[in-house]
Amino acid sequence: MSAEIRYISKPHPVSGLTNSKLGIWCFLASEVMLFGGLFSAYILLRTSAVEWPQGASRLNVPLATLNTLILIISSVTMVMSWASLAMKEFGKYRKYMGATVLLGFLFLVVKSFEYGHKFSHHHFPSTDMFYALYFTLTGLHGLHVIGGIIVNLYFLFPGSALWHKDPEQFTGRIEAAGLYWHFVDLVWIFLFPVLYLL
Amino acid sequence: MAHASSEDIRKHVKVYFAVFAALAFLTVLTVAVSYLHLPLPKAILVALVVASIKGALVATFFMHLSSEKKIIYAILLLTVFFFAVLLLIPVLS
Amino acid sequence: MSSHAHDHDSSHSHKLPFWRKYIFSLDHKVIGVQYTVTSLVFLLLGFSLMMMMRWQLAYPGKPMPLIGNLFGDALMVGGIMLPEFYNQLGAMHGTIMIFLGVVPLAVGGFGNYVLPLQIGAPDMAFPKLNMMSYWSYFVGGVVMLSSFFVSGGSAQSGWTSYPPLSDIATSGQTVWLFGMVFLITSSLLGSVNFIVTTIQLRADGLSFWRLPFFVWAQFVTSFLLLLAFPPLEAAAVLQLMDRVAGTSFFLPSGLVVGGKILEASGGGNPVLWQHLFWFLAHPEVYVLILPAMGIVAEVLACNTRKPLYGYKAMVYSSIFLGFMSFIVWAHHMYLVGMSTTMSGFFQITTMIISIPSVVILTALLLSLWGASIRFNTPNLFAMAFLPMFGIGGLTGLPLGLAASDIHLHDTYYVIGHFHYVVAPGTIFALFAGIYHWFPKVTGRKMSEILGKIHFFFSFIFINGVFMPMFIQGLAGVSRRLYDPTQYAHALPTQPLNIVMSVSAWLLGLAQIPFIFNFFGSLFFGKKTGDNPWKATTLEWATPTPPPHGNFATPPVVYRGPYEYSVPGQKNDFWPQHMSGDN
Repeated sequence: MSAEIRYISKPHPVSGLTNSKLGIWCFLASEVMLFGGLFSAYILLRTSAVEWPQGASRLNVPLATLNTLILIISSVTMVMSWASLAMKEFGKYRKYMGATVLLGFLFLVVKSFEYGHKFSHHHFPSTDMFYALYFTLTGLHGLHVIGGIIVNLYFLFPGSALWHKDPEQFTGRIEAAGLYWHFVDLVWIFLFPVLYLL
Repeated sequence: MAHASSEDIRKHVKVYFAVFAALAFLTVLTVAVSYLHLPLPKAILVALVVASIKGALVATFFMHLSSEKKIIYAILLLTVFFFAVLLLIPVLS
Repeated sequence: MSSHAHDHDSSHSHKLPFWRKYIFSLDHKVIGVQYTVTSLVFLLLGFSLMMMMRWQLAYPGKPMPLIGNLFGDALMVGGIMLPEFYNQLGAMHGTIMIFLGVVPLAVGGFGNYVLPLQIGAPDMAFPKLNMMSYWSYFVGGVVMLSSFFVSGGSAQSGWTSYPPLSDIATSGQTVWLFGMVFLITSSLLGSVNFIVTTIQLRADGLSFWRLPFFVWAQFVTSFLLLLAFPPLEAAAVLQLMDRVAGTSFFLPSGLVVGGKILEASGGGNPVLWQHLFWFLAHPEVYVLILPAMGIVAEVLACNTRKPLYGYKAMVYSSIFLGFMSFIVWAHHMYLVGMSTTMSGFFQITTMIISIPSVVILTALLLSLWGASIRFNTPNLFAMAFLPMFGIGGLTGLPLGLAASDIHLHDTYYVIGHFHYVVAPGTIFALFAGIYHWFPKVTGRKMSEILGKIHFFFSFIFINGVFMPMFIQGLAGVSRRLYDPTQYAHALPTQPLNIVMSVSAWLLGLAQIPFIFNFFGSLFFGKKTGDNPWKATTLEWATPTPPPHGNFATPPVVYRGPYEYSVPGQKNDFWPQHMSGDN
């Protein structure tokens, strides 16, 4: 009786997109505006401050550089997990996706060392505007990483059953998850110089 | 993209690793430049240019924006415009 | 994304247990009804808060009759409202009406129910996301309401939550912010769903230029929600950090509170909140008005038996309206001291944005020209929308110009202006929609007699509430006054407060026939066929009420949405899905 919802696994003939791909891009557009609001706030608060400490004088640049590299590598493994599915190699997908999840956790571990170090020196969000922005921006980014890890874990274990039913749809989902993960990487690429280097 | 043949994908994979090398190089570069302690306007310029290149690489290759459908470009164009409007806020105050 | 549309079990809807079919339903129609009922309850609640405020404004310092003694001493002493409680009512009236009432009804209710039907889709593109969107809204609403019970009461810094006041307010403000995060999430999920559904799931033959204006209005609205809400989410996160983690994003250095310098690191900027807030809240005005215009267009076209005048101009205008609404926000902030260049820019954009609104309103008005108009309840509400929204829109012009805004800013004139847009404007359109689509949802018509009683009394009393506000505002009476008799310049217009308050309570009474009509017609309304109004759009092509999956066979569309009274045709309506002549 009920008609199926179309364009779940096959793209729409005119738009050329599946529902999930269009949906994830709309979501990312809203994310751009979210971080846009925060960057805007950062610029306003920084330019109106009497003085502003250089990031490197307060924060651990080598550790953050390591974290940047971790996220970049995880982006590569993420895109490789999608490419493996596109090449119909499910075993490889699992390895790459597993690596992505582990790298995500590694990023959080490094981040928590950084936070712990700050807290042990009594540097809190309430200390001054620099730390307020540092903790808020990296904290919100961290939440996005956690969200990504949860999604990726889902697709690594229970969600991957779909591969055997509808490989095309599953590949599309991994592409969408990948787009989100790359976006999280992209935000960090801007956060890193803004907070640590300038 | 989802309908590219395996052969095409194999070509993509090579590109992904090249992009990775570029990203890693640019990360090291921007950190290295920060140790030179350039005056702030120049430092901001360098850091943002490098970050923009890195961001563009991620968006173009990892997020497949190099060959995407028109609707997505349209939505992103709209978003970029309103993002720019958001950055008016510091100018206004 | 959960593009996973149909579980195996959901395609056998009749076997679903009750809680899957009616509570955690994936069907857009059930979700639409859930939204509608929930938001109507919230509208009634928000309206009740206002009726209590109106007592204080009309008879300040007098004990409230009947219900005054029901409230504890923290809110009312001997039935006399405390200033803190008045502020809570004001803040929560605005919040509830906008974020929990009108937007969920216009977008969540009507959008969810009608849009997939009008585009010939079996459901929304992401049914699970749709369900999450509703439940996120529901939780947000419960969180908001729970704030009345925390110590110090609910938020009391106005629906705009301007810092620094909101930063140092009692803990109800924190709850308000958490509630907002849920509501924003709900809006985001919903807007993604609407955009994808409209682009991807239109029936064969239904090109963009054949879409009903309602669908266009919802489509543009979704983009506003998608791109304007996140900056407010950013602002809410910053204010939450200020309140919970002790940051000073919105607290300037050396802020003096109660004679003492506030202990905070400082360096923040309260105007930043205003920017981020109005970056959302101005587009939000069009989120409130566009779906209303869409409903009015549908109801008018059907009940005038002729095509909409200037359909394409209306569509282009609504797109332009949506676009411009992002670059006018600072006209709410002429008093913060921006440069004349910047205020000039925003005055110009504000004047420009009035043009597409006028185009749409004029097109709707001209649609009445030479029509054989049906004066049924939905059409009465739809036609009343036109002058009411007209008053709301035209009184906005003096507020968009800095010179006159300096006098009118934060007076009752502003209150009158935006209420004319939202209350007799949008809410009347929403009533029109309820009366219009009720037969499709339930298979029964609502009573015309009760409907007309509801309409005429509402129409009279709602003007009695809001028209005097312009006079008060021009006299310089500020909004958010707990006791207007404390101010010499407010005394001459104090008798008007009694007129407005009595009108408000009578307006409340005028809703009783509607409530009876709504529930009574579920059981006793006149049974109708699939297309009782003889309308052309696709939602009338389904069985009534529409089953799970909506259409028996996927519909194909052959013509535009408003083919009424086409010369040479036997009937005066030519449905979109009809392949040949009729």
